[in-house]
Amino acid sequence: MWLNGAAPGSGEGDASRIGQRQTTLFVPVVPGRGRRVGTAPNLAPTRFPAHKQIMAAPPADETPSLLELYLGFAQISVSAFGGALPWARRILVERRRWMEPEDFASTLALCQVLPGPNIVNLSVAFGRRLHGWRGALAAFVGLMAAPLVIIITLGTLYLRFGQLGSLKGMFAALAASAGGLIVATAAQMAVPLIRKTPVTAIPIIVAGFVLAGLLRWPLPAVMAVLAPIGLILAWRTRTRS
Amino acid sequence: MKGSILTTLALQCSMLALLAFGGGINTVVPELQRQAVDVHHWMDARTFSDLFAIAQASPGPNMLIVCLVGLKAAGIAGALVATLAACAPTCLLTFVVSGFWDRIRASPWRVVVQTGIAPVAAGLIAASAFLISKAADHAPSLILITLATAAFCYFTKRNPLWALGAAALLGLTGVVS
Repeated sequence: MWLNGAAPGSGEGDASRIGQRQTTLFVPVVPGRGRRVGTAPNLAPTRFPAHKQIMAAPPADETPSLLELYLGFAQISVSAFGGALPWARRILVERRRWMEPEDFASTLALCQVLPGPNIVNLSVAFGRRLHGWRGALAAFVGLMAAPLVIIITLGTLYLRFGQLGSLKGMFAALAASAGGLIVATAAQMAVPLIRKTPVTAIPIIVAGFVLAGLLRWPLPAVMAVLAPIGLILAWRTRTRS
Repeated sequence: MKGSILTTLALQCSMLALLAFGGGINTVVPELQRQAVDVHHWMDARTFSDLFAIAQASPGPNMLIVCLVGLKAAGIAGALVATLAACAPTCLLTFVVSGFWDRIRASPWRVVVQTGIAPVAAGLIAASAFLISKAADHAPSLILITLATAAFCYFTKRNPLWALGAAALLGLTGVVS
C-alpha cells in the first residue's frame, strides 16, 4: 500500500505505486473522528473518518484487509518466542512490507511511552491506522488468540501433571532458567543506564530493587515515590544539556 | 466466592497493566507475585516462578503470565478475565493516544518520560529477577542453571529459548533437582 510500502504480491518495481507512496505523517483531522495517515494526492475531502478514506483511496490489493491484518499478527504471535518485538519488525517491515523501517520505529516509540505490553499496543496502534477500531480489534485478536489457547493448555497441563516425577524436575529447571533470563534482562537495562548517568541512575535502580524486591512495597507506592524523582532528574538533565 | 476472585483479578490486572511502564510486564512481576502469593494466597512462590517460566517459554506476549495467574486462581474464566482486564485499559489508551502521536512525539516531555522512567523500570525488573530466582532456586544445581542462563542471555544474541530448552532437558533427565 502507498503508506507502508508494497504489499505481498505487488511487485517492488511497480513505478506507479512507488510514486504514490508518501512519507508517513499523522495529521489530526477532527478530534474524535479518526486521523488521516499520510498525505496521498487522491484523498477525498474530509467528510468521513480518516480510516475509511484510507481504505477507499489506495488500490485494493495494497492495503492489508482485516483478515490479512489478523493473519499477520497471528503469524507474529506464534513466531514470537522470547520477545515479540524482533518478530514484529521482521514480519511487518521485512516480510509483508506493511511498514517502512522509520515508521515502525516511530510507532514503537509511541508504544514504549504508553503503559502496557509494547507488542499489544503496537497491534492496536497499527490496526487502528489501517482500519479504525475494526483494524485494531483484528490485529489484537490475531496477536492474542493462538498464544492464549497455547498458554491455557500448557498451564492446565502444568497444574494437573506438574508435580509428577520427571516433569517436576523439568519445571524446576525451567523456572530457574527463566529466573536467569530476567536477570539478564535487568542487567541489559541497568548497565547502559549506569554507564551513561551513574549518579542519577544507581540510586533509583537500587531504590526500585529494594522497595519492590526486598521491602515488598505495593507497586503504586513504589511508582508514587520513584517516578517523580526519575522525571525530575531527567528534566534537569535535559535542560542542562 | 468465585465472583469475588474474578473481580479482584480484573481490578488487579487492569491496575498492573496501567502501571507497566518502560519494561513491559516484567516491571510489574514483583507486584503480581505479591498479590498472588502474599495477599490473596492463590499459590505459593514456587508455583508462581513455575508459571512465570511457562509464560516465558510459550509463544506470544510475556504478559500472558497474568493469564496463568488467573487460571490458577479461578480456572479458565479467571484466565480470560485476567487477560482481558490486563489488555483493555492499555489498549484503549493506545487507541486514543495514537491519534495524537505527532504532538506527543514533538514534545520534550516524551524524552523526559522515557529517560526518567528507565531507571525505575530497571530497578523493578531487577526485583523481578530476584523474586523469581529466589523462589525457583531451591537447590545448588538450580542456582547454576539461573547463572548459566543469565550469562548466556547477557553475553550472546542467541534466542533465549535455547537456554530454556536446555534447562528443561536437564530437568527432564533428572540431572538437577
